[in-house]
Amino acid sequence: MLEIRNLSLTLEGEKGSVEILEDINLTLQDHKLYVFTGPNGGGKSSLAKVIMGIYRPTGGKIILDGEDITALGVTERSRLGIGYAFQQPPRFKGLKVRELIQIAAGNKPIEGCSCLADVGLCPEDYLDRDVDSSLSGGELKRIEIATLLARSLKVAIYDEPEAGIDLWSFSRLRETFQELHNKYETTIVLISHQERILSLADEIVLIAGGTIREQGSRDDMWPVIMDKSCGGRKICPGAGDENVECFR
Amino acid sequence: MLNALDKRLLETVADLHDIPQGAYNIRKNGEGISRRSTANIEIKPKRDKPGIDIIVRPGTMGESVHIPVILTAEGLKDAVYNTFDIGEGADILVVAGCGIHNPGESETQHNGIHNFIIRKRARLRYVEKHYGQGEGGGQKTLNPTTIIEMEEGAYAEMELVQIRGVDNTKRITKARLHRNAHLLVTERMLTHGEQKAESKILVKLAGEDSSAQIVSRSVAQDNSQQLFYPRVAGYNRCRAHVQCDSIIMHQAKVRSVPEIAANHADAQLVHEAAIGKIAGEQLIKLMTLGLSESEAEETILQGFLK
Repeated sequence: MLEIRNLSLTLEGEKGSVEILEDINLTLQDHKLYVFTGPNGGGKSSLAKVIMGIYRPTGGKIILDGEDITALGVTERSRLGIGYAFQQPPRFKGLKVRELIQIAAGNKPIEGCSCLADVGLCPEDYLDRDVDSSLSGGELKRIEIATLLARSLKVAIYDEPEAGIDLWSFSRLRETFQELHNKYETTIVLISHQERILSLADEIVLIAGGTIREQGSRDDMWPVIMDKSCGGRKICPGAGDENVECFR
Repeated sequence: MLNALDKRLLETVADLHDIPQGAYNIRKNGEGISRRSTANIEIKPKRDKPGIDIIVRPGTMGESVHIPVILTAEGLKDAVYNTFDIGEGADILVVAGCGIHNPGESETQHNGIHNFIIRKRARLRYVEKHYGQGEGGGQKTLNPTTIIEMEEGAYAEMELVQIRGVDNTKRITKARLHRNAHLLVTERMLTHGEQKAESKILVKLAGEDSSAQIVSRSVAQDNSQQLFYPRVAGYNRCRAHVQCDSIIMHQAKVRSVPEIAANHADAQLVHEAAIGKIAGEQLIKLMTLGLSESEAEETILQGFLK
């Protein structure tokens, strides 16, 4: 179980400090699948990065299975079983897919690991490819997801896993998340706007303006999300179109 | 004949654990100490200057030649001229490499001048590793010059690696390619401390449909300095790609000056060069997989220089 208490995050930007997250309180249970959703720039990825230890919170606490991990760095949190799949994963010149997945798997042998197949990539074709610009955005993204699938995690966070992935691989990916959820105790967090991802959720957390606006079961949250003004989203009066957001 | 230090140097620069299979010539402290020719590969000392001629008979397939050089004394200046004649249609591996163990305070230097003639349709894979070590403050200097003439349809892969511990290096590589010849040069360089490294490559694409690829990757650490000057000139319908990538760390300095020159309208030449630190995202990604920051850095550098 992961508990987030009174968490806030302020980052230094070009125009001075910006408050990114404000007084977040959230409990993520074992064996539950959460979807974080909400408008762009609302703080979803920042919250994930604070959980992973990439950003240090300005205030508040993060507690994993009763242990305060707020002061721990990325490496320590990873070793405790927290994983984060990047929205835009980096490329590595000279590092092979096999090597990256082996690092993720630790001491476990990766032969027979289904993590590539689970994201729709044939291991024979991909294990010896370099994780560099020879991979397309969608391939890279699926390999990124595979690096989390190769691990045994307590909390696994996937940041917009569907981004850049084709229709067919997407169906496979969705099944993979469903299967993971059925088989393991892992707390799964998917950051997404996709209806077909949202429909996997046990609980949906709506994050906007750096706070949790609403949280509840999928069925309770569905009408909230379908409301175009959810998350404090203002519809642009000038455009005369409810799909255009107003920032004034 | 080979002591423990010699063996360690040989292992580092030529992956040799003992006397190699096939043809070889081992040079230690300015003298050839062991040599073997085979039925297809003849190695003979030059008469007019230090060095050897390596003559590979046409059609020789799958054989290898090892010609490592080791220097284990201080204050030594060794210059050697080696000529390789790779016969028509042959396909061979040449493993060169130089290891210096400088135990003292005065400079030890090795200048290796290699001349290759790669005959029609012959294929060559050439691996050269340079490495230095030693307790004293004596400089370890390696200045290799490699000159390659590639006849019609010849193919060569040149892997030029400087591993660690070389204080000064001036590397010159020149190649001329005739019709349908293909050359791949991969250069890997790591400098640290106060080291200085310079690499100049000039490839002339003289023949129709010749092509060349130069892939240079380097890591500059501490106060070291690197200069790269890879040049390709096209004189016919030809293709070339020059790629220079450097990771810069600490107070190091890197200058990278790729040049492409087309003297024919059907010459297609491309160059790219990049210098930068290890991307923070790369470090963080590997740390999210459980590596410490220094393990992540090591993994990135090892992959990059592989």
